[in-house]
Amino acid sequence: MSATLDTAPHPVAAPARLRQNLALDVIGVSHAYDLDGRSLPVLDAIDLSLAPGEFVALLGPSGCGKSTLLRLAAGLERPTVGEIRADAVPIEGPDPTRLLVFQDPTLFPWRTVWKNVATGLEARGLLATHRGRIEEVLQLVKLDGFAAAYPHQLSGGMAQRVSIARALVNDPHLLLLDEPFGKLDSLTRLVLQQELAALWREVGFTALLVTHDVEEALLLADRVIVLSERPARILGEFRIEEDRPRRRDDPALVALRRTVLERLGIPHVPI
Amino acid sequence: MSDLAQSLDDGAAGVARSGLRIWWPGLHAAAAWFLAAAITVGLPDVIPWGSAGLFAGLVTGGGVALLLLSVTIDRLGDLGRKIAYWGPWFVAIGVWFAVWELTTAKTGWLPKPFFSPPQGLLNVWVVDFDRLLLCIGYSLRLWGLGFGSGIVAGFALGVALGWSKRFSYWGMPILKLIGPVPATAWIPCTFFFFPTTFHASIFIVALSAGIPVAILTASGVASVDRAYYDVARTLGANRRFLIFRVAIPASLPHVFVGLFMGLYYSFAVLVVAEMLGAKYGLGWYIQFQTAYSGYANVYATLVIMALLCAGIVHLQFRIRDRLLAWQKGIV
Repeated sequence: MSATLDTAPHPVAAPARLRQNLALDVIGVSHAYDLDGRSLPVLDAIDLSLAPGEFVALLGPSGCGKSTLLRLAAGLERPTVGEIRADAVPIEGPDPTRLLVFQDPTLFPWRTVWKNVATGLEARGLLATHRGRIEEVLQLVKLDGFAAAYPHQLSGGMAQRVSIARALVNDPHLLLLDEPFGKLDSLTRLVLQQELAALWREVGFTALLVTHDVEEALLLADRVIVLSERPARILGEFRIEEDRPRRRDDPALVALRRTVLERLGIPHVPI
Repeated sequence: MSDLAQSLDDGAAGVARSGLRIWWPGLHAAAAWFLAAAITVGLPDVIPWGSAGLFAGLVTGGGVALLLLSVTIDRLGDLGRKIAYWGPWFVAIGVWFAVWELTTAKTGWLPKPFFSPPQGLLNVWVVDFDRLLLCIGYSLRLWGLGFGSGIVAGFALGVALGWSKRFSYWGMPILKLIGPVPATAWIPCTFFFFPTTFHASIFIVALSAGIPVAILTASGVASVDRAYYDVARTLGANRRFLIFRVAIPASLPHVFVGLFMGLYYSFAVLVVAEMLGAKYGLGWYIQFQTAYSGYANVYATLVIMALLCAGIVHLQFRIRDRLLAWQKGIV
């Protein structure tokens, strides 16, 4: 164990990364929804493994079933076929080590920013001992000073930051991000992408990001998985070797972007 | 906003230094109030009532106060601005007193006993003060017990109906069947079911307030966005947390709609219940005085009721504004 630490390339970051991540294994998962008695298949034989601390992005057309995969990994639903394991243990229900950040911030409008972030600690009876974490996390997402605000007083970007803080305060080992920046204006989205990249480097959770923004996927992820139309199958996989922090205009990423888009069925034609 | 207020203050002070600034509506109001007082004491009564002198005295006092305000209101800051807003109403009230006095006591154009001059109402409050106070106490006790128990039961029932599918399956049809029946229709039966009319009265007031609260709470809890539950469940919430920290706060806006409906129903039912079987109470007092053609007493009681009910409604709005401060548009 100590030998591993000694040889780690970033000895300072290593303890956090060792503490706070898990391996996720999606094994032969198919899922179908029951719609007025008709079966609607959304996932088709998905096999996927995330190493501890890895950042994986799922790219695919709208409504292809990406979000369903996240709900299954969060334990909100059980797959029709197959199994999902967290650190080799089958997932049977929701757990605060695996947290979901939705496209809508879904903040509780009747709770202040502070109380929203405190929700997880309060629900698990940890508020008394972990109180200080709330202020820390609010600083981490640059929202210290907004603790007493109500959600309706926040901008879209601030609300999504709170929603990320609400997850992070529980020290999740896996963060499931369901198009977290999809509804934000494009400038705010760029800022939050940078912040998420920094948070991931700093905290070291395993991340599974659903998006249909190819650039976002390439900037943030170690690996990009391309999914088909519903029912979603894995069409291809791209490993991104570029060093971090990454630049949007990195020629290698721009080239890769073209390849990924073509894989998604969108040919590169000048507009 | 505070800057604006500041500059208004400065402006007012500036005017006050350079000379007296007159609040004209206050001056007009004072004139109207003095006129009403002069009519009361100056013209002979066609129909004599007690407390005419007291009424004239009070109205004169009001007139003097308005007169003073008309030259000092600029120095009263926020309070002054609030009073100034109601200026036209003070004028209207003075005119109303004068017309009321003329048409009743002075000309008898509106005849006794169905109409009463203002001093008639004042006389009731003075002469029957003890009994009215007792009636207010009785009414508030009955209303408080009935409304309080009704909304607590209705809220609990509503949460259960909105939360549990099985409870809703059996409970909702019954509530939908019984709910629309006016609470007053139960009066004949309840007077048999309960040991005393007091208990029966509490029950029907409770029923009138509880049913809208139950229905609105149930629909509020049932319509909570499922995403809130998903978020809370992933964060480690158990069932208790989901009910008390998610479902109930999320449904509070609905609950308050039910509370306001229940409040108005409960007032109506309260008065009917008191008219039927109570020993004291404002409803009983109205009924009792009507039998003796004491219309001045009836009007005097209606004024008390108006103030009480409006006060309670106002109080409930304040409570709502505090509890729902998180909603957009309320604060």
